[in-house]
Amino acid sequence: MQNSKIIIVGAGGAGLVAAIKAKELGASVTVLCKQRPTNSQTCMAQGGINAAINSADSVELHIQDTLKSALGKADSKMVELMCRAAPEAIEWLDKIGVPFSRDSSNTIAQRMLGGASAARACYAQDYTGLKILHTLYDQCLRVGVEFVCEQMLIDLIVEDGICRGVVTLDIRTSSLQQFHSNATILATGGYCGLYGEYSTNASNTTGDGIAVALRSGAMSDGLEFVQFHPTALKNSSVLISESARGEGGYLLDSNMKRFTDELDARDKVARAIYDKMIDGEDVYLDITHLGEDFIDKHLPQERKLSKLYENIDPVDKPMPIRPVAHYSMGGIQCDNQTQTAITALFVAGECANHKVHGANRLGGNSLLELVVFATIAAENALKAPISQITSDIDLTNNKEFIDSLFNENATINFYHERRLLNSTMYSHVGIKRSKTKLTEALKIVEQMSQRVEQMGVLDTNKTYNTELVEFLEFLNSLYLSRQIIQAALKRESSCGAHYME
Amino acid sequence: MTIYIKRDNLREYEIPLENPTLLQALKYIKSELDRTLSYNSSCGSSVCGSCAVRVDSKERLACAHRLVGGEVIEPLRNTKVIRDLVVDSHYPLSFNQKVQTWLIPQSDKIELTQESEAATKLQSNCILCMACFSACPVYEVNHNFIAPFTFTRALRYLKDARCKDEIPILSLLQTDGIYECTLCGECSAACPQDISSKDDVVALRNLSAMSGFVDPNFLSSFGGGLEF
Repeated sequence: MQNSKIIIVGAGGAGLVAAIKAKELGASVTVLCKQRPTNSQTCMAQGGINAAINSADSVELHIQDTLKSALGKADSKMVELMCRAAPEAIEWLDKIGVPFSRDSSNTIAQRMLGGASAARACYAQDYTGLKILHTLYDQCLRVGVEFVCEQMLIDLIVEDGICRGVVTLDIRTSSLQQFHSNATILATGGYCGLYGEYSTNASNTTGDGIAVALRSGAMSDGLEFVQFHPTALKNSSVLISESARGEGGYLLDSNMKRFTDELDARDKVARAIYDKMIDGEDVYLDITHLGEDFIDKHLPQERKLSKLYENIDPVDKPMPIRPVAHYSMGGIQCDNQTQTAITALFVAGECANHKVHGANRLGGNSLLELVVFATIAAENALKAPISQITSDIDLTNNKEFIDSLFNENATINFYHERRLLNSTMYSHVGIKRSKTKLTEALKIVEQMSQRVEQMGVLDTNKTYNTELVEFLEFLNSLYLSRQIIQAALKRESSCGAHYME
Repeated sequence: MTIYIKRDNLREYEIPLENPTLLQALKYIKSELDRTLSYNSSCGSSVCGSCAVRVDSKERLACAHRLVGGEVIEPLRNTKVIRDLVVDSHYPLSFNQKVQTWLIPQSDKIELTQESEAATKLQSNCILCMACFSACPVYEVNHNFIAPFTFTRALRYLKDARCKDEIPILSLLQTDGIYECTLCGECSAACPQDISSKDDVVALRNLSAMSGFVDPNFLSSFGGGLEF
């Protein structure tokens, strides 16, 4: 029997889980990624991955907590599916070698995160995402997944409404490549990088896959729901995990007084901090009372990051923080089998809206989501009919598009425009929004789009042209910003992370 | 401040930023001074491993290094430079495949113990930034020498209670591997995660000896002695 040929775009947690599962089910699997497999956003997840696996917890409570936080914008069936699959997901990760922290009885230790009614997040110190990602990568090598690195997604090959592969930019040569498949899984990550320095995300987390999918006929869902993480370091926006509060950290105002329930849902905590900052106060995350031994055992990365990026040792002093964009609850619309509006195109992870986070995601549910839904995506991708792989298509249009980006006569520096886009998104499409602010943001973005013709890539060298990559990322950011603002304008009343004044 | 970047030749750049990280300086150069500079970066918080370079001949993560001025920035060593500060990662990373640094999942459930988890905590902090690979002097004489991070990864899985059979990985470390290491410690000094691949090599030698593998250098020294 002929093998199913599956292309997976993105090598973060979702992409790698899908790759392992699809390969184990017998497919021929190729993973395409923008950098290297272990460079992705997943490594930045710190706090943990949720599963009701201790006697003080239950799947029902996990479902209830998730639905409560989602404020009616999640699909209860999808939430139930995810929460019920959680114990098995942990068991699988444990079996393939993830070194989850253990308690004294050698069972997987769990910590409390915001909005949870029990200690539910399994963790590996505060390097949970890093250790999961690297373990997945090692397993990909074991099962023989093919990786083609330094490929940026440019287009989908869609014929008669069926996705038959993808077109990428080979970053090493700036030439176009095409990869043909029976089914394609997008696992390209979220879009919070378009908030730039006002985001915990990597600067290249620009929603490229979402932008490409929407342009090719997929639908978006809930793009206005952007989660702002309450505690990023003030000057660098480097993430300090919710586990710092879960383990007993306090939020303090300028008078060193606590002012909110630290373990409330993220949207509420972020707004409480934002209000203090609007009043001109500084806000701090204080873990000094936890003690050096505890911090080094459970929060080693937080200590390292605070020392490195804020020059503050959290053992001695509270860390200055601010809320910044962190997670895209919205994404590509899909059904309960991860199938998008385009046949044979599936989605997994942050680029998708699996209807489990709704208006506000709980800490610890994103790593869980990517394991559960990447598994489902892989299973369904294998069910796609094994029709003949199409022959190479004519890439003239794509080539003309790439060529048009080189503009030695560019008069506008797109890096400056990118900074304007970042700050506009934070101030106007941020923690607190209003119709006036959103309308203004839309105008700024539309005017920026008109200026694109005067921007361009100055560097004509075709070898590893990172300016070309960054310009493409900027164009995707600009396109998605408009989509996000339009979605936000349509939702006139407040709901979770989308708060309207 | 002024910094120097080794490209086709050594280029000088003036950075008007206060106490910047090297990554902030690179971003400044890219957007304000010279669009043709190529480098890689991603998370900006020391955990994705994509921005390692050499600063005054020492491996550093660009996002974690504070500049004082006058530094010379170079790409990582021991692998092909693709452009400016971007190097080929395919060759160094191929050593993980070669040594099969992964866990083989077992059908029967084996519990990772608290002790075993603690024993591999440091090794599993590796971010695959390739700093250790660049710092290693053995590549000057042996291109097939297993990457330092691969030793660390091998030890991570060998010390895991869920690893049922240590022999396959150990046997792949015997050639161009643990005995070719000079234990100079350059890899340990280079690691941004404070991992010592050198110490891991020593641990792997002990594990090998306990599993009946023999140090070829030890054999040949005896062989020489028997001849006269």
